[in-house]
Amino acid sequence: MRRIVILLLALALPLSPAGPASAQGTLRIGMTASDIPYTGGQSDNGFEGFRFVGYQIYEPLIQWDLSRGDRLAQLVPGLAESWEVRKDAPTRWVFKLRKGVTFHDGSPFNADAVIFSFESIKKKDAPHFDPYGSGQVGFRIASLMAITKIDDYTVEVETNKPTSFVPYQICYMVIVSPAQWQKVKDWRKFAEQPSGTGPFRVTKFVPRERLELEAYKGYWDAKRRPKIDKLVLLPMPEPTTRLAALRSGQVDWIEVPPPDAIPQLKAAGFTIALNSYPHNWTHTLRLDKEPWSNKLVRKAANYAIDRVGICKSLLNDTCIPATGVVYKGHPWFGKPKETYDYNPAKAKDLLRQAGFDASKHPARAVHLISTSGSGQMLPLAMNELIQKNLKDVGIDVDLQPVEWNTLLTRWRAGFKTPENEGLNAWNISWNFLEPWSGFGRFFHSKAVVPVAVNTMPYLNPEADKLIDEAERTFDVGKQNEILARLHEVVVDDAPWIFVVHDQNPRALSSKVKGFVQPQSWFVDLTSVTVR
Amino acid sequence: MWVYVGRRLLLAIPTLLGASVIVFAMVHLAPGDPIAAVMPAESSQAEIEATKRAYGFDRPLPVQYLVWLARVAQGDLGKSIATRRPVVLDVRDAFANSLVLALSSSLVAFALGGALGLLAAFRQGRVVDKLASAIAVVGVSVPHYWAGIILIIVFSVQLNWLPAMGAANDPGLVPYLRHIALPTVALALIPLGVITRVVRSAALDILNQEFVVALRAKGLAARRVFTHVVKNAAPQILTVLGLQFGFQLGGSVLVEAVFSWPGTGYLLNLAIFQRDIPVLQGVILVLATFFVLLNLAVDLAQTLIDPRIARH
Repeated sequence: MRRIVILLLALALPLSPAGPASAQGTLRIGMTASDIPYTGGQSDNGFEGFRFVGYQIYEPLIQWDLSRGDRLAQLVPGLAESWEVRKDAPTRWVFKLRKGVTFHDGSPFNADAVIFSFESIKKKDAPHFDPYGSGQVGFRIASLMAITKIDDYTVEVETNKPTSFVPYQICYMVIVSPAQWQKVKDWRKFAEQPSGTGPFRVTKFVPRERLELEAYKGYWDAKRRPKIDKLVLLPMPEPTTRLAALRSGQVDWIEVPPPDAIPQLKAAGFTIALNSYPHNWTHTLRLDKEPWSNKLVRKAANYAIDRVGICKSLLNDTCIPATGVVYKGHPWFGKPKETYDYNPAKAKDLLRQAGFDASKHPARAVHLISTSGSGQMLPLAMNELIQKNLKDVGIDVDLQPVEWNTLLTRWRAGFKTPENEGLNAWNISWNFLEPWSGFGRFFHSKAVVPVAVNTMPYLNPEADKLIDEAERTFDVGKQNEILARLHEVVVDDAPWIFVVHDQNPRALSSKVKGFVQPQSWFVDLTSVTVR
Repeated sequence: MWVYVGRRLLLAIPTLLGASVIVFAMVHLAPGDPIAAVMPAESSQAEIEATKRAYGFDRPLPVQYLVWLARVAQGDLGKSIATRRPVVLDVRDAFANSLVLALSSSLVAFALGGALGLLAAFRQGRVVDKLASAIAVVGVSVPHYWAGIILIIVFSVQLNWLPAMGAANDPGLVPYLRHIALPTVALALIPLGVITRVVRSAALDILNQEFVVALRAKGLAARRVFTHVVKNAAPQILTVLGLQFGFQLGGSVLVEAVFSWPGTGYLLNLAIFQRDIPVLQGVILVLATFFVLLNLAVDLAQTLIDPRIARH
């Protein structure tokens, strides 16, 4: 039914030339979020919130370079011009702040603003503590203990242990205007009249409906002053609604068009932007119980999946096959021994070696999957294909679909609850934006539930050693080499069924020009023009 | 009369209390939890538990219920977990939007349904009657969210005449009407069908009674007979109209979701998926109150038209 509707929507050719003409240089975006992401600073709604709200209104000290699509997005100076760890004290980092930057309300950016923003996340008894924003971002900057002012444009960041991951954490913390907060003295009010240093400033806030922003004329980086005058963000959780809004000219850009609609959208002159970025779609396996406790069975499953088929037939090439946590070409990929190409014969062979056999000792598993959800792509259709692939080699998987929110709640609690006792895996998609998100939280023995989310649990002293070593290695090139070694270990252990990497599809009207789809969860809207 | 009103209002209190208990229990029985829904997917169980404590969601359910009830009694519906706006504000805005949509679709459905139903009754068995019945059957059978999608495909995507989603952002009546047109039509379909059938059968009932034959035998003009029939059929029709109007307000979840119309249905839909319990409870409580008041208003209107009812 839904596919038919999507097809009809996609096929429908406008009979009249165009919808009502919009103002010059206005970019209207249909987001997948069901609500306007939190505008008070530390974003909610996952990385879509950072993408369109957090990183457009505000900026962190270190930010992502989103100007290129041909390489993984890199960290570059943001509100800090430079930073380095102190040679005499590896738990202390000195950040030199950018001078001459002003917030949207006209007040100056300085060390006090950095400390104010940090306290709003970390200092529970401060009057400007923001419990909501803290809940969103606090855990992402867990190792930052304190920030102290050296002078107006220098701060020192103190961590709880020597960790080279500080720059990756700092980029999650955006800087809010203390002057604006002092004016309203309340985070809800601040969220309705926010003030940051980012390239866009909020002009109109209609809760749950729309957020309007305009180009901030006083933006500090002349090269990145927005070319458009106005940016309008509209929450549209329903894919069909987004598609209809794009096709009827109500928006110029939608996130995640339904894959079925992509050929027709292309034919009608819309641009489909795609690129690899740190996203993986996997089945996280339970390692302390049959059948996934056996490494040979896990490898068999990984050789049984027809990943190219999933991307081609189901997702219209909006994904690429995943044979590891990260994709080939990523600095952390390394050279894993196992290649996990589609090889059912090898899978059957591995299964036999593991002592499983269809009649006497069949491999059976129950997997919890979601019916939809952020980053989950088309979970039902994809899982049915995976179920068939696994069945073909002799692994019987019973799929239990639940609502996205339920899946997340049950997953966090780990496998060892009465409710989850019968399960053998969950299907959730992840990001691997930085070393902790990509590896630490899943593969370190200290990250076992409830501390973090190593639910499997994956307990491997070698992985622990490599994660710790990467954290202690301050040279990014060397750190990447260690993480690549770690990746090789993980891939060959196969604690997950690796399936695909999403390509972050978005559909743009032909009026939208100058957009570069980066290898990132975030986007730079300053280069975009709308005719 | 006033005693009757007073008694009905008193009776509304246990009804609303009962509704609030059911709402509270249903919301909490559903899997998933409100804090997990607003926290980032990557956050761990420990972090979720800490946030839960901060919001008071770790306390036993009966305690949570009583705390909530005490606040509601003081007119405070609490704050949305997702937006942290006071629920009263969210519900107020959404209710106003839904009320407008319910009024516009009811207007269309009542006027069209009433006319079709009467026409069918007075022309029983003829083409007009069959046509009206066909419309009625289609109206009640077509899922209105599906009709909504078809309307979007035809009028927004193909013809590009009307916007596909949302409420008007530009001021003025014309943008407003353009945005409300499609949801109005989609939402009017079911009541149109229901009302056509009810009006037709109510009018036929009266038409077949002996007093109508007597009126006709006495040579009363067709127009006067019509008035008598309508007046006698009115109480029954009024009950249905009242209920339908209530349904329009509370039952537009799917239509509002399809058109992203920012009403109570849309808010309810969001709140369900975000597990935004304060908003969910607030919306449902307001809708339940509205239903109770609406039923009361209908009953009173009936007694005004037909004084026999008050004596029962």
